[in-house]
Amino acid sequence: MSVHDLERDKRAARLATEPLVPAGPTTGFLAGTGASIRGVWQYRELLRLLVRRELKARYKDSVLGFLWTLIKPLAMLLVYYFAIGKFLGAERSIPEFAIYIFAGLTAWTLFSEIVSTGTGSIVGNGGLVKKIYLPREVFPLSVIGSALVNFFIQLAILYVATLLTGSPPGLDRLVFVVAGIAIILIWATAWAFLLSAVNVYLRDVQWLVEIALMVGFWASPIVYSWEQVSGQIGGTIWGDLYLANPVTIAVMYFQRGLWVAGSDKPQPTGLGVHAAAALVVGLILLWVFQRVFARLQANFAQEL
Amino acid sequence: MTGSPTVVRVQDVSKRFVIRKEKSLKERLVNFGRSNRHKEDFWALRNVNVEIGAGSTVGLIGANGSGKSTLLKLIGGILHPTSGTVEHRGRIAALLELGAGFHPDLTGRENVYLNASILGLTTKQTNKYFDAIVDFSGIEPFIDTQVKFYSSGMYVRLAFAVAVHVDPDVLLVDEVLSVGDEPFQRKCMDRIREFQSEGRTIIVVTHSMDQVADLCDRAIVLDHGNVEVDGDPIDALRHLRSDFEEMRREDISREQHDSLEPQTAARVTAVRITDHLGRPLDAITTGGDVDVHLDITADGTLDHPLIGVGIDNSLGQTVYATSTKMMQLAIPEISGSRSFTFRLPHLALNEGQYDITGTIYRTNGTEIHRYANGAPLSVETLGHSFGFIDVRATLLEHEDTSATVER
Repeated sequence: MSVHDLERDKRAARLATEPLVPAGPTTGFLAGTGASIRGVWQYRELLRLLVRRELKARYKDSVLGFLWTLIKPLAMLLVYYFAIGKFLGAERSIPEFAIYIFAGLTAWTLFSEIVSTGTGSIVGNGGLVKKIYLPREVFPLSVIGSALVNFFIQLAILYVATLLTGSPPGLDRLVFVVAGIAIILIWATAWAFLLSAVNVYLRDVQWLVEIALMVGFWASPIVYSWEQVSGQIGGTIWGDLYLANPVTIAVMYFQRGLWVAGSDKPQPTGLGVHAAAALVVGLILLWVFQRVFARLQANFAQEL
Repeated sequence: MTGSPTVVRVQDVSKRFVIRKEKSLKERLVNFGRSNRHKEDFWALRNVNVEIGAGSTVGLIGANGSGKSTLLKLIGGILHPTSGTVEHRGRIAALLELGAGFHPDLTGRENVYLNASILGLTTKQTNKYFDAIVDFSGIEPFIDTQVKFYSSGMYVRLAFAVAVHVDPDVLLVDEVLSVGDEPFQRKCMDRIREFQSEGRTIIVVTHSMDQVADLCDRAIVLDHGNVEVDGDPIDALRHLRSDFEEMRREDISREQHDSLEPQTAARVTAVRITDHLGRPLDAITTGGDVDVHLDITADGTLDHPLIGVGIDNSLGQTVYATSTKMMQLAIPEISGSRSFTFRLPHLALNEGQYDITGTIYRTNGTEIHRYANGAPLSVETLGHSFGFIDVRATLLEHEDTSATVER
């Protein structure tokens, strides 16, 4: 008996013990969730490589390379600092305005980057989706990885900046930052799942997302303060609606966690309850949108 | 194959594609409610049942658009059946496009890791195979160059090298077995044979009939989404060839019908084979002489036609063909019926069944009529060899040879 025959028999014997499994993803609502998680877990190494590909390829062949990830938010910071802080005078009611903006910007950039890049992630990886079966969740998920890398670099800069201004946040405030990150990640991932899947069928979605994100930027207290908003719509239904936005909650948590100079500024009442609700609703939404994604992905390969 | 476990089971699978003519939100809203008018159903597969056992090599063949690639994608889980179930066991690797997932800005090395991971290898496994992959691809000096600077040959070499080093139980292959230059192709085929001997299952979509005849132990002919033939590759190929022949004839007759200038019709009415004395013949001993007579009838006068004769083996592969053009002979004209004789001396064919085909062409080389499989010819040999031709090989004995050779 040759080596090959032996191998052949061993393979046949092993295969005979394995169960027949349906090809492709499971679409069932409950059973499918487990299958999706297992699938992504199996491909966790690919996820890591996709994140690296994303980061490496993005600034390849540019002289400054990775520095560009820093230059863009810094430029935005400067523009808002001068235009809104100095010229429009927002600075007068907000101490350490630069820290304030950068805290909000850092949180917002994380959210918007995951949502906008995530929306295009399936279409952008169409070549792969059409030719090889993988749990397609890895594409929107890989976006989160690269967005997080950028995010933590910005966060580090922000922390250094608070050291320079002489008011670094204490460890007791860390819980706000962590909660803020959690809310943003859950909600951004949920939307990335839904939008990336819908975008395959309706390409208008990516343009719609662009506009929605622009509106969303101004709908959170990033370059202005809650104090200024509550004066206008506080206590009305509009105020409640404003506070129902999970990104607004996350941004405020970020500011509370990192912007020490503003500790005595007024906070909306019941922010903690809002945050808890945002987490719970976000998790439910994440699950529902992932199931929608799993249902829609069956036809990705033929729609692309 | 009875003892081997089933690795792929396709049960009553149909696949419908909806061809939509609009893609944007505006068009959908405008056409909302009457969107059926903007849809077209297309059944790529209908009620297909296939069961594939471990260790077999199956060829999916058929004309363009017959659904073979769709079936392969369904097996790979890339597409979902509209109805029916597709099940498999073991690790499946799909090679539907070489280098899918290669990123042009990354180096060859980085792409190897990425691509291997896409095909299901862990980084640790890739580390183990990395040298073998690079070695197989033969592009070692360029492995740290960005793949966008690769030639297309280097690109597919690297991609194929990665693909054959993942360790699949079932390999799905779509028209990618003929890449690179000839030495590389040979390497690929050797690798595929190694896969076969290791008991891996290979499902291949191809238009190369030689490949099917050569590699597969089973072939499935698809036609407009239905399984026409499922079984022995030789039967399947014969069936497919006769289908193609029919399609070609229809094309030719349509062309002749459509063409504005009236063209002279001509036919090869008979193909006969005889010995040099004119006695009919259907079998020879290898090395024998054969006269092939082609009877040709033209409706009118055909100027400077070309006439060809060919010998096909039982798999339909052409083992020999020639024409008056290749022989640099000129026939001034044919009018009415005429007979031509090609003498084929010393036909050193190997044992087997052959078919003689006669063809008549216009001066420019377009075919007027082909009489396929016009006459059968069986060839006998002593059975001392295999391959296309029979050669009377001898072993020369040297005095210093220590081994003795006995008959």
